[in-house]
Amino acid sequence: MIEIDAITKRYDENTVVDNVSMVIEPRTVTVVVGTSGSGKTTLLRMINRLVEPTEGMIRLDGEDNRAIPGHELRRRIGYAIQGHGLFPHRTVAQNIATVPGLLGWEKSRIDAKVEELLTLFQLDAKTFGPRYPHELSGGQQQRVGVARALAAEPNVLLMDEPFGALDPIIRAKAQEDLLAIQRHFGTTIVLVTHDMNEAFHLADKIAVMDKGRVLQYGPPVELVRAPAAPFVETLIGDTERPFRLLAIAKAGAAAEPGDADGEPIHEDRSQQEALADLLWSGRNALPVISATGVPMGRVTLEALLKHAARPQ
Amino acid sequence: MKAWMPVILRGLLLVLLVAFLLSPGSFEPLLKPLVQQNAPAIYNQGSLLDLTLQHLRTVFAATLAATIIAIMLAILVTRPFGAEFLPLSRSLVNIGQTFPPVAVLALAVPAVGFGEKPTLIALFLYGLLPIFENTLTALTNLPRSVMEAARGAGMTDLQRLMKVELPLSLPVMVAGIRLSVTISLATATIGSTVAAKTLGEVIIAGLQSNNLAFILQGGLIVGVLAVLIYDGLSAIERLLTRRLGIT
Repeated sequence: MIEIDAITKRYDENTVVDNVSMVIEPRTVTVVVGTSGSGKTTLLRMINRLVEPTEGMIRLDGEDNRAIPGHELRRRIGYAIQGHGLFPHRTVAQNIATVPGLLGWEKSRIDAKVEELLTLFQLDAKTFGPRYPHELSGGQQQRVGVARALAAEPNVLLMDEPFGALDPIIRAKAQEDLLAIQRHFGTTIVLVTHDMNEAFHLADKIAVMDKGRVLQYGPPVELVRAPAAPFVETLIGDTERPFRLLAIAKAGAAAEPGDADGEPIHEDRSQQEALADLLWSGRNALPVISATGVPMGRVTLEALLKHAARPQ
Repeated sequence: MKAWMPVILRGLLLVLLVAFLLSPGSFEPLLKPLVQQNAPAIYNQGSLLDLTLQHLRTVFAATLAATIIAIMLAILVTRPFGAEFLPLSRSLVNIGQTFPPVAVLALAVPAVGFGEKPTLIALFLYGLLPIFENTLTALTNLPRSVMEAARGAGMTDLQRLMKVELPLSLPVMVAGIRLSVTISLATATIGSTVAAKTLGEVIIAGLQSNNLAFILQGGLIVGVLAVLIYDGLSAIERLLTRRLGIT
């Protein structure tokens, strides 16, 4: 659990982060969104003390993050950034081994961890381990960057626009990978982005920041249902609202008893995907199956339209 | 085929140089036409090989000292606590470069006497600037995301310097050393005006006895040494750069 308690950062007269308080639950994905200059990156960097706050306190699992020296704190917290920041003079394996090496792990344990992570990120350890970062594609570099951040098995992973430099197709894949990894390790992730689609796709909770303040902090559906400020409304976008609602709800939640023809949809796909499927195939209903393939009924166009309407 | 030409040429040059130093006598017919009758065509007041080795030793010692001091200075002024010394050290090093080596020799002789010492001092001061400036440029232009990642991974200041900053700066540092060595190889010849054992002796002897062959062989040995060492360090630099994936 990360408790951010009345944190403020001022550079001279300029307040970058203004009295922000929020609690981030363990094993969740929290996305901080905002325009550039909103203070979101500064807020993130105060968690691992790359920036020292002017006022306030941040507690990790109840412990003040100033209780240990900054560099020791940062070894416990994963950190992934835009443009990956891989060390160009070190191989992929050496890059991933950075933090375990600093922590003085035994070589056999480091090697095992590197191999495990490379496999997890769908990179063959024998092929990619000895390569240098410039020999990889952008998507591979980004995966190695995240693998490096996770190497010392941190409870908390901070990510600063980690997918910003990727093209849309690789970005979508990277987001799926991140969610799978998050479920695998149960890591608490705090991610900063200015991309609302990314935020809605990844977040358990979203914090919207503007001019150093958190305007709203809550589950995505709440942001759509009850935006706390005009800025939040603008950020979500008038024309996007119904689709955002469908994007964050599961097809299984809209399932009702009954039959339908054609290709079924998995219950954990989004309702937006279900709608797209219906519109494209010109059907009124499609069958839903559970993750194990058991039929769960059907999703109708009508039900989806109801879900997309402004919540009462 | 084309890619090998420079390598073969340099190899030939090296073989030629070694052959000339080991057996200068066999080149006498080539140089004979340049001298008046009865004058010696090959330097005869000492071994050319010894002088070359002494010359190299002097340049090596001066460059080594300049490298150590310049790099240490550059590291110091790029740390937060040393930042205020940056303008001061810049001007000090610049003075070292703008002050003519001959003047340094003239000033150093009364203080340390004749011989190798004044030459070492002059070469040292003259060699500082390229190494210092290059190291400074390298250390202040490291990729931001890499430095951020190093800090975010929990490296201490010293670990960042040793594991990231210096390795990444190495190619540009080597370029500075290369410039410094080349300048020193040529400049060391004037050390012989204050009795340092360098190849300048051969050139000065030629000037004094109006012997064109002496001047030519002294100059050529220095020139060939400079070309070969310059090329060698360039190759090391390219290797390092390729390792870093910069090209």
